[in-house]
Amino acid sequence: MAVAIHLERCGKTFPDGTRALEPLSLDVAAGETVVLLGPSGCGKTTMLRIIAGLESPDAGGRVLFDREDVTALPIERRGVGMVFQSYALFPNMTVAQNVDYGLRVRKMARPERDKRVAEMLELVDLASFGARRVDQLSGGQRQRVALARALAIRPRALLLDEPLTALDAKLREQLRVEIDRLLRSLDVTSVYVTHDQSEAMALGDRIVVMERGRIAQAGTPQEIYQRPATAFVAEFIGTMNRLTGEVVDGCLILPAGRVPLDGLAAREVMFRPEDVRLVAAGEHHLRATVISSFFLGDHTRLVVDVGGTSPLVVETTERRTWPRGETVHMAIAPGAILAVPGQAP
Amino acid sequence: MSAVRTPLRYWLQLAATLAVCAFLVVPVGLSILAGVTENFFIGVKSGLTLRWVVQVWDLYHETVWRSIGIALACLACTLALGVPAAYALARAQSRLTRWIEELLVLPVAVPGLATALALILAYGTWRDFRASWLFILVGHVLFTLPFMVRSVLAVMMAVDLKTLEEAAASLGASFRERFFSVVLPNVRSGILAGSLMVLTLSMGEFNLTWMLHTPLTKTLPVGLADSYASMRLEIGSAYTLIFLVMIVPLLVALQWAAARAQKRGA
Repeated sequence: MAVAIHLERCGKTFPDGTRALEPLSLDVAAGETVVLLGPSGCGKTTMLRIIAGLESPDAGGRVLFDREDVTALPIERRGVGMVFQSYALFPNMTVAQNVDYGLRVRKMARPERDKRVAEMLELVDLASFGARRVDQLSGGQRQRVALARALAIRPRALLLDEPLTALDAKLREQLRVEIDRLLRSLDVTSVYVTHDQSEAMALGDRIVVMERGRIAQAGTPQEIYQRPATAFVAEFIGTMNRLTGEVVDGCLILPAGRVPLDGLAAREVMFRPEDVRLVAAGEHHLRATVISSFFLGDHTRLVVDVGGTSPLVVETTERRTWPRGETVHMAIAPGAILAVPGQAP
Repeated sequence: MSAVRTPLRYWLQLAATLAVCAFLVVPVGLSILAGVTENFFIGVKSGLTLRWVVQVWDLYHETVWRSIGIALACLACTLALGVPAAYALARAQSRLTRWIEELLVLPVAVPGLATALALILAYGTWRDFRASWLFILVGHVLFTLPFMVRSVLAVMMAVDLKTLEEAAASLGASFRERFFSVVLPNVRSGILAGSLMVLTLSMGEFNLTWMLHTPLTKTLPVGLADSYASMRLEIGSAYTLIFLVMIVPLLVALQWAAARAQKRGA
């Protein structure tokens, strides 16, 4: 049932000349969940629509499901399940009729259809909602119906276009967990488009970060987070601090102190807020002044000034308050420092 | 229940509103009354009668049937042309389609007489066509089509038809299947509102029709003008009465359908 998806040199130029997608290739293994992540206008939705068959790639591009070339196949013959940001449930049908639609179109026998519909509603925890009208459901329930409808046809691939974006934060979290459970248990190849990096981290076996129609980096969430390939990826995923100084004896020299580079030969480096520890004076690499502090419950986020470059963001679990102007001493965890990609050493 | 005294301003406003209503309604009432009065110059004391209505029916029943026929034919044409046109406009949203939407109101903005003259200039020499009721039908379709298209288009835009159709297509539905199972059912309210509008406008159309008709292809409103000009007052009024009986239910239904379409769109 689950197929591998291969995109070969798929680009997209719109009739008005805008290049939405540079010719690019991507392989999604059978059963894998790949998240296309990027800011709006990066080409992620265009890529999803090319996989779905809602857009065709520019000449020369090919879309393959396993070894079958589906480039010329319209969406209705590709056998993909789609979930949209706006749910796209049919308002003229009940919940059950929505889930049944794809089966009815396939001219499946009635008893089998009824059984499958019940099964699918069970799967998304809406077993007793079959007779409801769509407008009687909450946003989260609607998206679960949309999932059931897409999965009912036993799709060769499940394509999700920002499915959680229209929901409020709490529901988004709940449904994300539910989608994760579904994707893991059903072993269906899925491509998931989002601009939300925490969604991407939570759901993706692999994340493809996109920037202006190109793939900036593709890799596991850990790779993307810990070894960003470009400055854009580093800054788009999570928070990244940057420091620029002079390299002397394997250390980065700054007005605020010296940072050991662990053999790195870069005068421009970056590191994550959680890799900074507040330490006693004397054990520190850097000295800084607190600009502002945000108490976030389980931790406190400090914005500190180290003189010269842009302020740094630091996270600490220490239970105390940090008045503005206080001097803090910081050490950066060994191995956490990265060279800014694309910079000459 | 309220202990607060209703302010004087409220009563003044109510009186003003009622006065305006009376100003508008009294002539209609008088006209209806004239249609069933034995002799309007003597007044109601001359007695009430349906004689005039019967006489009008004898003289003009052909115009009634013709008007109904043309309105229904006009509806069929605007449905066949307008729904696909609205669909095409809704699917291909671009600067060009927005221009077309604007251009669609042109037949409404241009005086009916001018449209009619243009039709006569262009096709007047085709004698059989010119003499048939089809000539009037063309004018009516031209005039009413924009109302159908805009009414259907508004609902199509409100329900985000494009995404609904994409969803149906992803589930395997062919164009035909999606059009009949998803598109039409979800724009029904717009089609209904548009249809009632087209019927009402076609039934009451006078401008165009007056130019396009021949003595053998009079419609109801043209017949009305004819009777006002050449018959006694009671007959003209009785004719108006017949027209009202036909058009008022349509107007009521139109209001109902429009309200329903709006609720659907929201």
